[in-house]
Amino acid sequence: MIKDISLAKKQTRVIDPAKNLHQRQFKQRIAFALIWLAGIIAITALLFIVGYVVSNGFKVINLEFLTTRPAGGVSGKGGISTTIVTTIYLVLLTITIAAPLGIGTAVFMVEYTTEYAGKKNLVGYLINLIRTSVEILAGVPSIIFGLFGFAVFVSYMKLKFSLLSAGLSGACLVLPLIIRTTEEALLTVPKSYREGSLALGTTKWQMIFGVVLPSALPGIITGIVLSVGRVIAETAVFWVTLGGSYRLPKNLLSSGRTMALHVYMLASETTAFDKALGTSAILIVIIILLNLAINISSKQFSKKFSGK
Amino acid sequence: MIDNNHVIPQTKIRVENFNLFYGKFQALDKITIDIPSNQITAIIGPSGCGKSTFIRSFNRMNELIPSVHTEGKIILDGKDIFEIDPVELRKQVGMVFQRPNPFPKTIFENIAFGPRAHGIRDHRILEEIVEKSLRQAALWDEVKDTLNKSGLALSGGQQQRLCIARALAVEPEVILMDEPASALDPIATLKIEELIEQLKEKYTIVIVTHNMQQAARASDFTLFFNMAESRAGYLVESGKTTDIFTNPKNELTEQYISGRFG
Repeated sequence: MIKDISLAKKQTRVIDPAKNLHQRQFKQRIAFALIWLAGIIAITALLFIVGYVVSNGFKVINLEFLTTRPAGGVSGKGGISTTIVTTIYLVLLTITIAAPLGIGTAVFMVEYTTEYAGKKNLVGYLINLIRTSVEILAGVPSIIFGLFGFAVFVSYMKLKFSLLSAGLSGACLVLPLIIRTTEEALLTVPKSYREGSLALGTTKWQMIFGVVLPSALPGIITGIVLSVGRVIAETAVFWVTLGGSYRLPKNLLSSGRTMALHVYMLASETTAFDKALGTSAILIVIIILLNLAINISSKQFSKKFSGK
Repeated sequence: MIDNNHVIPQTKIRVENFNLFYGKFQALDKITIDIPSNQITAIIGPSGCGKSTFIRSFNRMNELIPSVHTEGKIILDGKDIFEIDPVELRKQVGMVFQRPNPFPKTIFENIAFGPRAHGIRDHRILEEIVEKSLRQAALWDEVKDTLNKSGLALSGGQQQRLCIARALAVEPEVILMDEPASALDPIATLKIEELIEQLKEKYTIVIVTHNMQQAARASDFTLFFNMAESRAGYLVESGKTTDIFTNPKNELTEQYISGRFG
């Protein structure tokens, strides 16, 4: 023992931090600079896109642009009033269809299937199938949802190019998003809340409705707002299901044109590129406002219940 | 004057030859015991001996784990609990958990949740229940002006008393407590112990504890559980707390309470 200690004392230190300090700090500086550079390039590119669209777009934006209906034709005359209204209709319709289905599916998968997960029986396979499908669907290009919607809702079910066809197709598009965000939100609800509720003699449904869903609400709302953004921004799906009429839809079976679709049509079929930019600018502003709304509401929510 | 030493308490829960398995792993081995009515029964024993599993059997909480199955009987007031609907059973047999787990709701809503789930809609009755439960849990004076604040804003000890109040609000007969003070500081612990002492007047209390002094201070009866490599959690010895702590019959019990293992 004593021998060992004296030996250790004699030995020079193997690791000498001062020795390569200069070299290590040099590496650190280079890495730091590269990371900054990457960040700055990415942010500049994004700001440039937004800046270009907004600054050019705002040249055509005025009250008249917002409140008159598009006039059609190659010159792209008129404003965008009906496309704003159509966008709102379509968002409401899509979310009304997708939210209950998506939240229901997520609740089913998280709350009702744990006892079957990984089991080799019919229910076990079914749940695996649902989970895999949701993951695959989330990565499918949106035009494929559009083609599906066209084949099933527009042609086969004879709903024609209409709000209803587009709403159903849009619901298919955002379902995976709502299911996944709700699933994640439900999984973050602590087990102790569930036990606490069941120990009071509540049924499982009372537990889900009274404790689990309210606790998961901020996450669920985030998913829904993201879906709203997705519907507002989507072009491909609605191009093949909504038609493109710039008139105000009269009922669920009327054709219509959302703002994003209007941008696409103005840019590809008319000479009014400035109006396409104007419409885009408004779209961007709406998306920014939506994101702000998510941030503020989720902060308020967590403030209220963390008790701070 | 009633001489407490000669009153034989009624049996509230009778456990007969109770075995519990997680899949193929046996966690409890042939437990047979009577839990007396309106008394505090403490369960002590080393980690992993199945204390928590045992009291979670009384409100069938173990059944939330799919692989669990049981053998034997647990009889509450003459009725086999495995023949009672678990939802109904858990209204009669309340539970307080190791970590305070108030819901992310207001203090009022935390307590009103249970009664509401059992069908009480009248707000005035709910208000009465909330006040009564908070008074019973010795929390009313501290929170009566802040009933609309989040339950999570309370201190750890207050949160645990809130959870006790929440359990009381559905008017159970038995209250199970799974190491209710292990996450709390000594002063909050003492408050909980005082509270438990008061509660036994109206409720039968079964409490799991790691803390020997707590069992000695706060309970009337003590069950000592142990396990061995070749044997699942089993009941070594049971009796009046004073007897167990001053005059244990089993050598293992003596070793455990004097701190030589566990």
